[in-house]
Amino acid sequence: MSTTCAVYRRTASGGGMCALLLAGLLLAGCERPPMASTQQGYRGLGMVQVTDPRLPQPANNAVPAPLPHAQIAPGSPLAGDTFKNVQVLKDVPSAEFARLMVAMTTWVAPQQGCTYCHAGSDLASDALYTKVVARRMLQMTRHINSDWGKHVGTTGVTCFSCHRGKNVPEYIWFKDPGPAHPSMTAGNRAGQNAPSPVVRLAALPNDPFTTFLQDPTEIRVVQEVALRQDGSMGPSIKNTEQTYGLMMNITQALGVNCTFCHNSRSFFDWDQSTPQRATAWYGIRLVRDLNMNFLMPLHAVFPPNRLGPTGDSPKLDCATCHQGVHKPLNGVSMVGDYPELRGAAPAPAN
Amino acid sequence: MSMLSFERKYRVPGGTLVGGNLFDFWVGPFYVGFFGVTTVFFAALGTALLAWGAALGHNWNLWQISIAPPDLHYGLALAPMREGGIWQIVTICACGAFISWALREVEICRKLGIGLHVPIAFSFAIFAYITLVVIRPLLLGAWGHGFPYGIMSHLDWVSNTGYQYLHFHYNPAHMLAVSFFFTTTLALALHGSLVLSATNPKKGEAVKTAEHENTYFRDTIGWSIGTLGIHRLGLFLALNAGFWSAICIVISGPFWTRGWPEWWSWWLNLPIWRH
Repeated sequence: MSTTCAVYRRTASGGGMCALLLAGLLLAGCERPPMASTQQGYRGLGMVQVTDPRLPQPANNAVPAPLPHAQIAPGSPLAGDTFKNVQVLKDVPSAEFARLMVAMTTWVAPQQGCTYCHAGSDLASDALYTKVVARRMLQMTRHINSDWGKHVGTTGVTCFSCHRGKNVPEYIWFKDPGPAHPSMTAGNRAGQNAPSPVVRLAALPNDPFTTFLQDPTEIRVVQEVALRQDGSMGPSIKNTEQTYGLMMNITQALGVNCTFCHNSRSFFDWDQSTPQRATAWYGIRLVRDLNMNFLMPLHAVFPPNRLGPTGDSPKLDCATCHQGVHKPLNGVSMVGDYPELRGAAPAPAN
Repeated sequence: MSMLSFERKYRVPGGTLVGGNLFDFWVGPFYVGFFGVTTVFFAALGTALLAWGAALGHNWNLWQISIAPPDLHYGLALAPMREGGIWQIVTICACGAFISWALREVEICRKLGIGLHVPIAFSFAIFAYITLVVIRPLLLGAWGHGFPYGIMSHLDWVSNTGYQYLHFHYNPAHMLAVSFFFTTTLALALHGSLVLSATNPKKGEAVKTAEHENTYFRDTIGWSIGTLGIHRLGLFLALNAGFWSAICIVISGPFWTRGWPEWWSWWLNLPIWRH
C-alpha cells in the first residue's frame, strides 16, 4: 500500500513538474496585462485592436520642425529662371526652391549634405545618379499628392514620409532570390512553408510583393459561386494563401490586425468592411503604380550596389511609408509646409 | 410520478451543503436542494432578460437574436440596460445558474456517497465559460471583450477575435485544445464501438465479457487500457479539451497581442539552429 502511495505521489509530483514546465513554456516570451484596446465595430463583434503599450513603439515617427518660410515678394524670380537644369520645380519661387532643397537635404542626406546629389559646385550637373533619382522622386511625390488623394487624403506625403533622414528608406524590398540550392522535388518549398518575416513567420507564401505589389495580380480569395458547373477553377487555395501572406505583411506595416479593415465573417464583402479597407485598396494600387512607373524604370540609373540580389530595382511596399503605424507619422501632415510638393498634377512621363 | 421499486432506497436525507433539510426534497424525479432553487431563479431571470433583449432587437429570427456586451469605453463599469447592461446581468445569472447546478450535483454525490467526478468535470466547462466572459474581460479591462449571446453573433465574435491574432492555428494552447477535442472523439468512438461489439454477438451467442474487449485491443495494438482506464482516459482527454480552450483564449490579448505565428520566434531562436 505504502509503495503504491509513493508511486502515486511520485507520479503526481512528476505531473506537477510537467505542468509547470508546460506553463513556463507557454508563457515564454509572452506579454502581460494591462493592455490598450480600441473598438472598431458594433459592440460584441470582436472588431478590436488590442495593443501592448509596453512593446517598443514604432521608431522614427518624430516629425522635424518645418523650416521658416522664405519671404517671397510678388514677382520674385522663379527657380526655372534663376537656376540651370531645373526640370520639375520650375514654377517655384527661387527662395522657396532653396528652402525645399535644404529641407530635402535634412530629410534624405543629413550626413552627406548637398553633395550627396550635387556634383561639387556645379549644381546643375546630373553627373551623380542620386540627383537623377531625386528628380524622379520629386515627380513621384507630386504624383502621389495630386493623383492619389483617395489614399493619402489631404495629409499628403513628402520625401520624409519614407526616407526619415536616411539615404535609402528603411523598408524596401527586392525580389527574393529563392533558396541557394533549388530543388525540383524534395526540399522545394514552392515559396512557402518557411518562417519568413515578410509574412510574420507564418508558413504562407512569402513573396507577396512580386505577386501583388509589382505584378497587377488581382486579389481573389472567395469563389463567387458555390459550385462551379462550367469546369473553370476559380481562385485556388494557393491564391487565397498568397493573399493571406500579403495581408499578414500589411498588418505588420500598419501595426494593426485583420479586423482593422475586415469583418472576418465575410472578408470580401465591402458592405461589412470598415472604411479603412477602401483606403487600403487604393494603397495597394498606389504602391503597384509607384513600383511599376517610378522605381522599376529607374533600374538603369541605379548603381549595382543599390540593386537587389537578382539585380532588380529597390521597390516599396506599405511599410516603406507606414513604418508600423496605420497613419504614417501618426497622421501629421508635412506637405502643408511645403506646398510645392503638392504639384500641379502633371502626368508622369514614362 | 411513480418511482421504481428500488429508487426509494437511494432517496436519503442529508448531504446538503447549504440550507440543512429546508430544501432537502424531490419534485417528481428531480432533487431540489438549495442549489436547485438558485438554479431555477438564475435560469428564469436570465432567460427573461434574454427575451427582453431579443424584444429590443431588430427581429425575432432565432439565428439573428443577439444580446451584445457593452461598448469598450464602459470598461469594467455597469452599462445602461439597453447598451450592454442586459448582457452583464445575464452573465451574472449564467454564472449563478451554472455554479448552482454544479453544487447541486455535489449535494447529490454526497447523498449517494460517490466521488465528485461529475461536478468536477462540469466545473471545467464552467471555467471555460467564465474565462471567456469574466476572467479575460477583467484582464483586458472591459466587459466589452466578452462574447455576445446569439447563435450567429457569437460565431462572428469567435472569428474576429481569432483574426485579432492574425492566424489562430499558431496559438499553442489552441493546438492542444483542438488535439484534445479530436482525441476525445477518437477515444469515445473506439470505446463505444468496442462495448457495442462485445454486447452484440452473433444471434444465439452469449454476450461477451470485458476480457474479450481487452483481448481485442491486445491483439490489435499489443495493449489494452482496461475497463476503468478507458474512462479515466476519456475524462482526462475531455477535461483537457475544455481546459486548453480556456487557456487559448485567455492568453490571446491579456498575454499576447501580436500575431500567433510570431510567438514561435522563441523556437526559431533556439541556439541549436539560430543563425
